Amino acid sequence: MKKLKIVVLAKQVPDTRNVGKDAMKADGTVNRGALPAIFNPEDMNALEQALQLKDKYPDTEITILTMGPGRAADIIREGLYRGVDNGILLTDRKFAGSDTLATSYALSLAIKKIEPNLIIAGRQAIDGDTAQVGPQVAEKLNIPQITYAESISYQNNNIIVKRRLDNGIETVQSPLPVLITVGSSATICRARNAKLLMKFKHACTQSELQEKSNDYIIQQRPYLKISEWGVDDVDADDKLLGLSGSPTKVKKIENVVFTAKESKIINDNEAEINELIIELIENHTIG
Amino acid sequence: MNNISVFCEIENGIVADVSLELLTKAYHLSEKLNCKLEAIAIGNKLNSIPKQVFPYGVHKLFLVEDRRLEFYQTLPFTHIVAGIFKESKPQIALMGASNVGRDLGPRVSSKLNSGLTADCTELEIGDFYDKKNDKQYNNLLYQIRPAFGGNIIATIINPEHRPQMATVREGVMKKEIINKNNIGEVVNLDSNKYLNNTDFVIEILERHVEERSINIKNSQVIVSGGYGVGSKENFKYLYELASVLGGEVGASRAAVDAGFADHARQVGQTGVTVRPKLYIACGISGQIQHTAGMDQSAMIISINIDKDAPINEIADIVITGDVSSVVPKIIAAYKKNTK
Repeated sequence: MKKLKIVVLAKQVPDTRNVGKDAMKADGTVNRGALPAIFNPEDMNALEQALQLKDKYPDTEITILTMGPGRAADIIREGLYRGVDNGILLTDRKFAGSDTLATSYALSLAIKKIEPNLIIAGRQAIDGDTAQVGPQVAEKLNIPQITYAESISYQNNNIIVKRRLDNGIETVQSPLPVLITVGSSATICRARNAKLLMKFKHACTQSELQEKSNDYIIQQRPYLKISEWGVDDVDADDKLLGLSGSPTKVKKIENVVFTAKESKIINDNEAEINELIIELIENHTIG
Repeated sequence: MNNISVFCEIENGIVADVSLELLTKAYHLSEKLNCKLEAIAIGNKLNSIPKQVFPYGVHKLFLVEDRRLEFYQTLPFTHIVAGIFKESKPQIALMGASNVGRDLGPRVSSKLNSGLTADCTELEIGDFYDKKNDKQYNNLLYQIRPAFGGNIIATIINPEHRPQMATVREGVMKKEIINKNNIGEVVNLDSNKYLNNTDFVIEILERHVEERSINIKNSQVIVSGGYGVGSKENFKYLYELASVLGGEVGASRAAVDAGFADHARQVGQTGVTVRPKLYIACGISGQIQHTAGMDQSAMIISINIDKDAPINEIADIVITGDVSSVVPKIIAAYKKNTK
């Protein structure tokens, strides 16, 4: 069978699921700075699918690709700790402000340069929940896509995917190359491997290295260097990036402020609950 | 005048509810814009589609019938929909935020380089003045949706690119017959005009469709659980209460993610939108992505151990206490008073 060369697309996102009380400002809006940056959960599921294919076919090569600011190098390190072969951080100020389409354009150029035959991404990121980047990248690459995947296998040079429908399950088969997006119902990702953690804990990008003094480690161990690609490395057209490359514009952002309404407070005892139920039956809400 | 186009999703010859809801919304938008409403239906055996969609005010229906297209497949559907858009040049194109629409929408938008906004909760028509370029845009589609985990509400516009594309989840818009006697024009299109053989590289090996057994959308009473319910086992209290009240069990995203309940029960922006007579929120903190899917309920009761939970601010009645202690008391009180 053909050797699998996989790109896993992953994004660093603010942890919007855990907006605790300390993350709320006095005016009831979210204090974004208080949210930790995490590996997008469904991208973790995507990574696991790639790692499982590598478990089965050890000559598989996995590259993890992320687009974001310098600190997104964390995503690459998390990949290395779990068994990916290498990672690329796509980073440039010119990418800032990109909507899903401009993001897809940039990612598709980086993927073309890597030349994989299989691309696996999370279905959607928790900061936007759009589920658009996967299909938009596939279209830019002019390859087929399979979304909402639950499990992926490889047989006779074909990729076989079990995927979720709104009301059921479908199994489909595709030749290579293909792009797959993995949903939250897929297997959760394995933990970091202790040996790999030791091996790669000093892995860093050139930009990170400039802030450190231990560059002798990287000189001795070139595998610790994480590649950084900018606009020029992928030959991107500036006009198709950032705000100018984004057909959608944000006209207005409203912070959600929880406005209080008079609610009736009832305590957890039989008498008060009984009284409430009688009232609900009498006004025909229930019964 | 450029029209509004709605992609109609079809399963077993029946147009999906979400598509009929979008047709209703699109008809009202078309009245504001003084343009016509178009619909696209792709599949096999489409003879009953016209009479299903015309009562919703459809002026022109594009039918693409092909036995290879009985089930949705990304590439052929993308090429047909993008091809029709190129010819009919709609100013607005809407589709359901279902697994089909969320597979097709981004693919078509990427092909046409047009903007797409996923999971809108409101669609309105409005103007926009671009200060930077001193340019005025009139009658744009305001695509309104929660973002950032539901902590902000964003209004998105596509000033330059057409069509302005948006997806909307089932249950968000209201389905309403506009005129039961309306008859529009049917345009039959040949699929081969848009397709080539490589569009069928992905083969469907097996397809298993379940009847929708869980139907929380049409339930008058919903007993919904969040992460605060604590465990899958504790959900039994909710099932019991739902059963005595003749309702259904719903769940928040946090509860679904934790494995307490099935995704089909998820209420909120990434789940189902509901408007029951009574919504009982058990151990739900009330992030906006949940409340966006239930705040139109006629009455909301919140059962929460945390008296400051955000959901309590939209609740009519707040019961402060643990779900496993409060819910059995409600069941007992209901049984006692309905004997």
